[in-house]
Amino acid sequence: MPSSRFGALRTGYITPGGQAMSSYAKRLVGVTVVAVVFCVAFGLYIGLYLINVPGSAAAVATASGDQLYLATVPAAELSDPHNTWVSYYAVNSTSGDWRHVTTYVLPANTLVHVTIFEYDSSTGLRNPLFSQPTGTVGPVLVDGKPTPVVNPTTPAHSFAIPQIGLSVPLEGVSSNAKNLCANAPCALSNAHFTVSFTFRTPSKGLYRWQCFVPCAAGFIQGNGGPMQTVGYMGGFIKVV
Amino acid sequence: MDKTPHFRNVVLLWLLAMAIMLPIVIWVLGPGLPPGNATVQSHGQVVDNIVLLATSTPVALAVLVYFGYALWAFRERNPEVVLDGPAIRGNTSVQFWWLVTTTVMVLFLAAFGTIRLLADGAGGGQGPNPISIPPHATGDPPLQVQVIAQQWEFTYRYPSYGGVETRQLDLPANTLVEFHVTSLDVIHSFWAYQLGVKADANPGEDNVAYVNTLRPLSFVVRCAELCGLWHGYMFNSGRVLPKAQFVSWITQQRQQYAPATKNLPPYSKTYFPQPLRRGG
Repeated sequence: MPSSRFGALRTGYITPGGQAMSSYAKRLVGVTVVAVVFCVAFGLYIGLYLINVPGSAAAVATASGDQLYLATVPAAELSDPHNTWVSYYAVNSTSGDWRHVTTYVLPANTLVHVTIFEYDSSTGLRNPLFSQPTGTVGPVLVDGKPTPVVNPTTPAHSFAIPQIGLSVPLEGVSSNAKNLCANAPCALSNAHFTVSFTFRTPSKGLYRWQCFVPCAAGFIQGNGGPMQTVGYMGGFIKVV
Repeated sequence: MDKTPHFRNVVLLWLLAMAIMLPIVIWVLGPGLPPGNATVQSHGQVVDNIVLLATSTPVALAVLVYFGYALWAFRERNPEVVLDGPAIRGNTSVQFWWLVTTTVMVLFLAAFGTIRLLADGAGGGQGPNPISIPPHATGDPPLQVQVIAQQWEFTYRYPSYGGVETRQLDLPANTLVEFHVTSLDVIHSFWAYQLGVKADANPGEDNVAYVNTLRPLSFVVRCAELCGLWHGYMFNSGRVLPKAQFVSWITQQRQQYAPATKNLPPYSKTYFPQPLRRGG
């Protein structure tokens, strides 16, 4: 039997020149194929991670200024992987579409009018300091009524951007109210409060926002799950 | 047999290196060491860092000098003949002095650290019953400020100013400040680097730390304990202000936060807020 520098020849693989491939060459080819597949898979994983940016919603420019419509619900939509978690949603005021995103794109140094439809029931603030809205331009309106402070036991959620001092408590609906919404999306016919306020956006940059109510039912101290996961009770304000 | 006095040479080189480096470390590098001289406590930490650096410099120089000397003096001059040296099997004198030197250094550092901590608390949290209360020139009672940590923001309560709670930490200059650090949820850590103060914020605990402010400055407060999703964003700013300016600021804060202050519970060293029991 002829031999080569790769070792003894084995039957099974025949090279284009008609020579059988040695076991060493076969191992070399195998290792190379595995390495290439691994590198491609790893590259795909990194590449997909880098381009897979969470969805965002932008403020809508209107004649009366930039408008951002949000909603807070007692539970995400049924198709959500965490459909028992409380969550924020972006609401398209024209089409009525709800989008499960918590990154909001706003123009820099601009007055933005925010309207939040609050469908959840009360949990209460852990720190009553946050019962007083701060950082807004003008009053906070709850169902159209100016509200300089709320009872600290009534908020269901809050919307706060600590880096700019914005903090707005969102009163919760009564748990005995008729027609409570269970899961997103909710309808305007469901029991809710409409909270509206205006604030001035800061300079360009990425800011975090969060809810300061420990509203994650079923988690220790109410601060697990949706409070610890971007996309539910916290996210980013991307100021452009 | 090589009669070169290697030990004497190494010692002489080491002494020379120390004569050059120690003054540089103590008088040139030392004053620029962190965290700066903004408060009595931060200045004390600069002094501590200088002492630690000056103590470790001879050790580092001994290693480097010996390393350099060995490379030069014990190099093989005849590459054709590579022979290993005789095996060294114990040296009572070296072992004795190694133990004595390292023991003295460790005991000195332990004593130094204890004395410094007992002197003024060194800006660290001392628990609910502090034993190291810094002396204060004016003799006024310390200004109490409660640091309340929560996921994910620090807020500050001033019991001597109507119990107002603010979202920024402002302090008067030339004042002894008594921080009462606590948390409403998980473990955080109150770290005002420029002030030289760092104290854990534990739920249900009152951790007391002291700072003697000196001149006006701006500083940053950060959480130094991994505390959840937005830990990296848990920071805010503070200022040390001239006393008159501080009084003006706190008066304005009392007016601004008057509605919220009515909702706050009576001032207490710790809090167990209702949602803590409801949340789970």
